[in-house]
Amino acid sequence: MSRLLPFFGFVLLVVLFGFGIWWNTQHDQSAIPSPLLNKPAPAFVLPKLYEPTATVSKSDLLGKPYLLNVFASWCVECGVEHPVLQAEGPTLGVLLVGYDYKDAPEDAKRWLAEHGNPYNVLIADQPGNTAIDFGVYGAPESFLIDSKGVIRYKHIGPLTPDVVATELKPAIAALQKDTP
Amino acid sequence: MTPELGQLALILALLLALAQGILPLIGAWRGNRALMAVARPAAAGQAVFVALAFGILVWAFVHFDFSVRYVADNSNLALPWYYRIAAVWGAHEGSLLLWIFILNVWTVALAAFSQKLPEVFAARVLAVMGLIAVGFLAFIIFTSDPFGRLLPMPGDGADLNPVLQDPGMTFHPPVLYTGYVGFSVAFAFSIAALLGGELEQAWVRWARPWTNVAWGFLTCGIVAGSWWAYAELGWGGWWFWDPVENASFMPWLVGLALIHAQAVTEKRGSLRAWTILLSIFAFSLSLLGTFLVRSGVLTSVHAFASDPRRGVFILAFLSIVVGSSLLLYALRAPKVAGGKAFKLLSRETVLLIGNLMFASAAAMVLLGTLFPLIGDALNMGRISVGPPYFGFLFPLLMLPVVLLLPFGPFLRWGKGDTTVLKQVLLRAGIAAAACAIVAAFFVHGQLKAIAGVASLTWLGVGVALYALKRWRDMPRGRRYPAEMAGMLLAHLGVGVFVAGVLLTESLSVTSDVRMAPGQTQHIGGYAFRFDGVHRTTGPNWRADQGVITVTRGGSAVAVMHPQKRTYLRGQVQTESAVDSGIFRDLYVALGEPMDGGNIEGAWSLRLYYKPFVRWIWGGGLLMMLGGFTCAADKRFRIKRIAESEIGESLVMQETRA
Amino acid sequence: MRFRRSAPCARINLAASSIRAQGALLQALFVALLVFASMTHAQAIEPMPFASHAQELRFQHLIAQLRCPMCQNETLADSNAPIARDLRNQIFQLMQQGKSDEQIKQYLVDRYSDYVLYDPPLKPGTMLLWFGPLLILLGGAGVVLVAIRKRNRDGIAADMTSDSGPTDNGEDW
Repeated sequence: MSRLLPFFGFVLLVVLFGFGIWWNTQHDQSAIPSPLLNKPAPAFVLPKLYEPTATVSKSDLLGKPYLLNVFASWCVECGVEHPVLQAEGPTLGVLLVGYDYKDAPEDAKRWLAEHGNPYNVLIADQPGNTAIDFGVYGAPESFLIDSKGVIRYKHIGPLTPDVVATELKPAIAALQKDTP
Repeated sequence: MTPELGQLALILALLLALAQGILPLIGAWRGNRALMAVARPAAAGQAVFVALAFGILVWAFVHFDFSVRYVADNSNLALPWYYRIAAVWGAHEGSLLLWIFILNVWTVALAAFSQKLPEVFAARVLAVMGLIAVGFLAFIIFTSDPFGRLLPMPGDGADLNPVLQDPGMTFHPPVLYTGYVGFSVAFAFSIAALLGGELEQAWVRWARPWTNVAWGFLTCGIVAGSWWAYAELGWGGWWFWDPVENASFMPWLVGLALIHAQAVTEKRGSLRAWTILLSIFAFSLSLLGTFLVRSGVLTSVHAFASDPRRGVFILAFLSIVVGSSLLLYALRAPKVAGGKAFKLLSRETVLLIGNLMFASAAAMVLLGTLFPLIGDALNMGRISVGPPYFGFLFPLLMLPVVLLLPFGPFLRWGKGDTTVLKQVLLRAGIAAAACAIVAAFFVHGQLKAIAGVASLTWLGVGVALYALKRWRDMPRGRRYPAEMAGMLLAHLGVGVFVAGVLLTESLSVTSDVRMAPGQTQHIGGYAFRFDGVHRTTGPNWRADQGVITVTRGGSAVAVMHPQKRTYLRGQVQTESAVDSGIFRDLYVALGEPMDGGNIEGAWSLRLYYKPFVRWIWGGGLLMMLGGFTCAADKRFRIKRIAESEIGESLVMQETRA
Repeated sequence: MRFRRSAPCARINLAASSIRAQGALLQALFVALLVFASMTHAQAIEPMPFASHAQELRFQHLIAQLRCPMCQNETLADSNAPIARDLRNQIFQLMQQGKSDEQIKQYLVDRYSDYVLYDPPLKPGTMLLWFGPLLILLGGAGVVLVAIRKRNRDGIAADMTSDSGPTDNGEDW
């Protein structure tokens, strides 16, 4: 009987690997689950992209839910995501806040002029330090933050129509259930 | 040379491999000599076609045939011919072709050198090799064809990866694969032994040289990979416990246990079941490594392109090969504890303990490597397991081995003698303690460094004591048989390796500094003077080249030229400058200009002083030499087996069947 | 469908095996690389104004244990990625503020989860990881003990008593 032990151990291993292959097809391996889900968003004070002397802070945005979209002009995938934002953004029913990440303002403005600007609010984080508080490590990333300033959903990678339909919209609907 | 001929060659090879795999097994089962005799010609034929396919791919690379997608993806008009050949195994499809090519090299060698083995046994061994080849050939033909066309043919290949252009790339994969794949021979021997009911008592003796050589190559391959990473990547590291590195290290550990287990079984006849099981594990881990690297299941910088379909295929293949061999083991492994008995204090016992530690270490590495996957399965979030885990547990598990190593050769088979052991303990122990105390002054009390010196002394003196004993006790010409010489070399290599690791880890100095031309930094007793940066060019790159003059105590040591190269298409590559030496390496990497892009101004530099780092690879090479020397022992050359013996075994096979 | 995220590690890493080559995907990767590389030249080599050598050692030790969130298995010490650079700077700032190693690690874990720790924390979930090898070793030791006992009891073989003097039989070597 003990001679069958290696065989059964191996079967377990194969099951694990089979799971691994399946899991890979469902998930993006490079995406790290955010520890900030259902926690308050970090407090921030960032300058507006088009009016660098004016700032936007977290408290300014309280009271209404918003989608914080981290983007940059150097980010190739953001170019892929942008048309989706422009098409679906207005239908979402939440404020669209553009977060320009580690970008020179001129480059960002040029990129937005080229690709379009669907954002209601545009803030810039050129040094990228505030982004660390959000747990951002690249672009694009999107955070759904509710009216009380709690992060309710995070998506790493570009927002595709599929993701918007199956994940983002239900998350927004869930928000609305809380605040009738 | 039409690439399609390559595809055809692979298909023909597959057919021959099927013949080689199936017919001799039937022949061995039925006692049909004609079917058994198919093995060698089929193996030869398969090898010819695989070599042809491999040759065609090399030809396509050398002649810039960009109509072949694989060539277009992995080479470029500017690539020199030797790197074009290395590019053949630069990605998934080609590296698999290399795998099967090397499998065929081993099979042909086996076919050639097994003439004196009993017919039935040899037929089974070659058949198992054939079945393995069937799996890989099928994998290549159905999912990873390197000969697919890319039409319309591009004018030039894909962007050149500068890291590819290095001798390490030419050398490391083939040598590593030779080792990996070589464990298939030990595996085939074990399966043949299980199938045949192990009537040939000597099968382990036949398997030993093959296993030792394979292990030697694997050692060399791992050392080459480590050295290459150190030299090419420029960050001073030589091992990262990355999943792909671990994938080669696990078979190495189990192979190490296997060569020791084979020694016990060959000489004493005991522990046969362990030896068979270890052979199966060693090759299974080789296959597992192939799976891990290509399935995308683990995150690694070195992994090949992942494709779920390929992952499923390899997993299926792995399941069939390993699953059936483990079932066969469960059914047919020797149930009766055979061979000579041994007491608690004996060489067998220490070898068992050593093997326990090697196997546990391999299991630990497997656990740590797979744990992120387990974490995903159990929904624990993404967990990372890295050097702090492996680097803590591995030395812990190897400590008993290092402590017991000097005693091994002094312990007799079956029953050891305590007086001799006490002598060894005293002499090696005192020597180690003495050197440790002396070292303590030089290294300012750094424990790891002291441990490194103590380990080397302990192991080195143990080896020297035994060598001395043999010198005194044995007449000239019989003092150091190859097998023993190999053992002594390898064990010495362990000491050198351990010393290298502990000393480098504790005594290395790294510093990121800003230096203006003319400034000097002092690291590790050496003075590095920065003499500015100027532009220079190469065949397909432009570079900013720094000049660093190194002196020690006033006398010149070296002038180093670290570079920051920009290749034709804009890729930037840092080429660090390494001044190597037996007792230390000096290392300089160029950072960035600090005065707003002015290359004549100040630069950021990283300076390293790495003492004894070459001992890491030196130790590894000694181990490799030990393995090869051991395999060369005259005792392993197969003697012609008496006719009556063959007749007897055949009769017994037939009645068994 | 898998997307390649932007700001890839500028340093092309390669060691034990071979390069990932996916043709068109690699092209896209290189383009992204170039676009970014041409703008800022992130490098892992950054002289920092350490107060002492001990502080420098502490910093090096710390960043060697932390994982770059962006890259494919690289430490913060080795990575050229922009996020790695930012995190190294942040860690330096935190050290200047007097934070301990534990506090700095906690800061990063709060933002990036346990993923950034190469030293897996001892939690209920990682018990198997940390104690597994010990269990395996104990299990193996049990098996070995049984094997040794069995052999010890089988007091067979005349050659057990005839082993005397220097080993000269063909069996020993």
